[in-house]
Amino acid sequence: MSERRLADLLAMWRIRAFEEKVRDLRAEGPIVGSVHLCVGQEAIPVGACEVLEPQDALFATYRGHGWALARGVPAEPLFAELMGRASGVNGGRGGSAYFTAAEYGFHGENSIVGAGAPIACGAALAGRYDGSGRVAVSVFGDGAMNQGAVHEAMNFAAAFSLPVVFVCENNRYSELTPIADMVRSPRLADRAAAYGMPGHRIDGNDAEAVRFHVRDALEVAREGGGPTLLECMTERLVGHYIGDAETYRQPGELERIRRREPIARLRAGLLADGVPEREIDAVERRARAEMDAAAEAARQSPPADPATAMEHLYA
Amino acid sequence: MREMTYGEAVNAALHRLMEELPETLVYGEDVGVPGGVFGVTRGLRKQYGERAFDTPISESAILGSAVGAAMFGRRPIVEIMWADFSLVALDQIVNQAANVRYVSGGRLTAPLTIRTQQGNAPGACAQHSQCLEALFLHVPGLRVCMPSTPQDAYDLLVTAVHCDDPVLVIENRTLYFGRKEPVETGGPVRPMGGARTRRAGSDVTIVTWGAMTERVLEAAEALAGDGIEAEVLETPWLNPFDTGAVLASAGRTGRLAVVHEANVTGGFGAEVVARVAGAGVPLLAPPIRIGTPDVRMPAAPALAQSLVPDAARITGDVRGLVKG
Repeated sequence: MSERRLADLLAMWRIRAFEEKVRDLRAEGPIVGSVHLCVGQEAIPVGACEVLEPQDALFATYRGHGWALARGVPAEPLFAELMGRASGVNGGRGGSAYFTAAEYGFHGENSIVGAGAPIACGAALAGRYDGSGRVAVSVFGDGAMNQGAVHEAMNFAAAFSLPVVFVCENNRYSELTPIADMVRSPRLADRAAAYGMPGHRIDGNDAEAVRFHVRDALEVAREGGGPTLLECMTERLVGHYIGDAETYRQPGELERIRRREPIARLRAGLLADGVPEREIDAVERRARAEMDAAAEAARQSPPADPATAMEHLYA
Repeated sequence: MREMTYGEAVNAALHRLMEELPETLVYGEDVGVPGGVFGVTRGLRKQYGERAFDTPISESAILGSAVGAAMFGRRPIVEIMWADFSLVALDQIVNQAANVRYVSGGRLTAPLTIRTQQGNAPGACAQHSQCLEALFLHVPGLRVCMPSTPQDAYDLLVTAVHCDDPVLVIENRTLYFGRKEPVETGGPVRPMGGARTRRAGSDVTIVTWGAMTERVLEAAEALAGDGIEAEVLETPWLNPFDTGAVLASAGRTGRLAVVHEANVTGGFGAEVVARVAGAGVPLLAPPIRIGTPDVRMPAAPALAQSLVPDAARITGDVRGLVKG
């Protein structure tokens, strides 16, 4: 049991160490532009990706670095992408908000809120004809629940019983605005009923809970039972983007979030179960060492060649 | 060679494509069981079952799912019933489909075909009359074509679906039920691009596409009565666009008119004129653009017809260009 939880801890620390390294590199300069970190939300990709099959499709959002890592994309080409290097996962064409690595079963982040949901329906639809047994997972935030494309996708998937798992990462803020102020009914999972699909609100800061529910939803989808909506409750430990002044936070909010964030929680649980502290701390050190090395290797790699900027526009 | 209307030619192309490319899917609003509001997708559901189906009235879901299915080995042919309706889901065309190949460096592709129809027809309202090709032509990564003859309706759709990029095939409902012409079916897949010299002439080059082609030919006929020989160049492929053919013809005739149904400002005619000017083709007179004025489209046929270019207006404007 603690074996599994130590593995979860490592997977979450890999994401957090990656994101913190990104933050540092953004401050130092090799990374420029708009970056959305998922610090505090690591349990969701870690729990979900572990039960995905290689043939499954995964569509994330611009807060998707953790999903790419959890899906198995190595850190170095991700850092390289962020730094505009030729060896970047998209060769420097995607950037922070548009990682795609189909060869790892990661079918892309997306900068457009909610746009991945209809695309995921298409990946699921293709599975109906190719016999792959593919399930498509569409990840988006609470804000995307108010996008027309997401409503359309949920109905489309439900109407055709498509194998889609809709994963809503409810971090309580739609960018800089509390989701609670933007909906009449704050339980977003309840919307599933109106589309005729199961919907569950789950603890998104517990990788085990996420894994349990995603595994179930995948099974239902693979058996022809259609889509599921999972509302994973979580919180960001950071701003919406790097540089966000976070003026919308309530007094004491960040302290409360830190007490229940997934890594701190898992650490406390492992300690309570008698796992030695040095073993737990070694996990963090290992993750940070990996990310430091990956970032450094990426930084040393050659930049994308401007001579290639016009390539791959058409077949 | 079977005699077919434009609409029948589209239907024949769809049947051929469903037959020869098992990865094709045809779907959209009312295209399956009802066979399409213009009857263009008739028989596909019967023949190919689950590969031709109806959808909710959800353009984002239709287009987005086409992007996703195309990424995963399908070749979706989706219908947007009226081009005006594409606007409710432009994101999936512009931000999604057009980016897939480029951003992934070619590791993911989106070989989907979007069939739609546009333009004014008697009684159509402002939201069912627009000509939007310039919007899509402004988007790198999208291929765009606008057939006007039954043969091109067949050929261009076949080419579009075989193409591994997102292609918009913009049809025209005023042409669906037009005259029957012999259409060669089952021929090889033709390459994209190219212009059609619909009439040879030496005094003026008229470049046109879509439903205006017929009106331009009518105008050329009237101009010939005045001793003006117009060369009519139809460019059913707008991306890729055969700039070379236009430059060569304008170079020969020394005069250029571009005619499209879309309104003039920001229309693709401006691009054609700019390319000719930029290439330094010596012209005897400033080039002209003929299109709908910059206005919304009224429903009353008498009002609409006063705005959309007709043969008489094209004749008059081109006569003015030639006679100075």
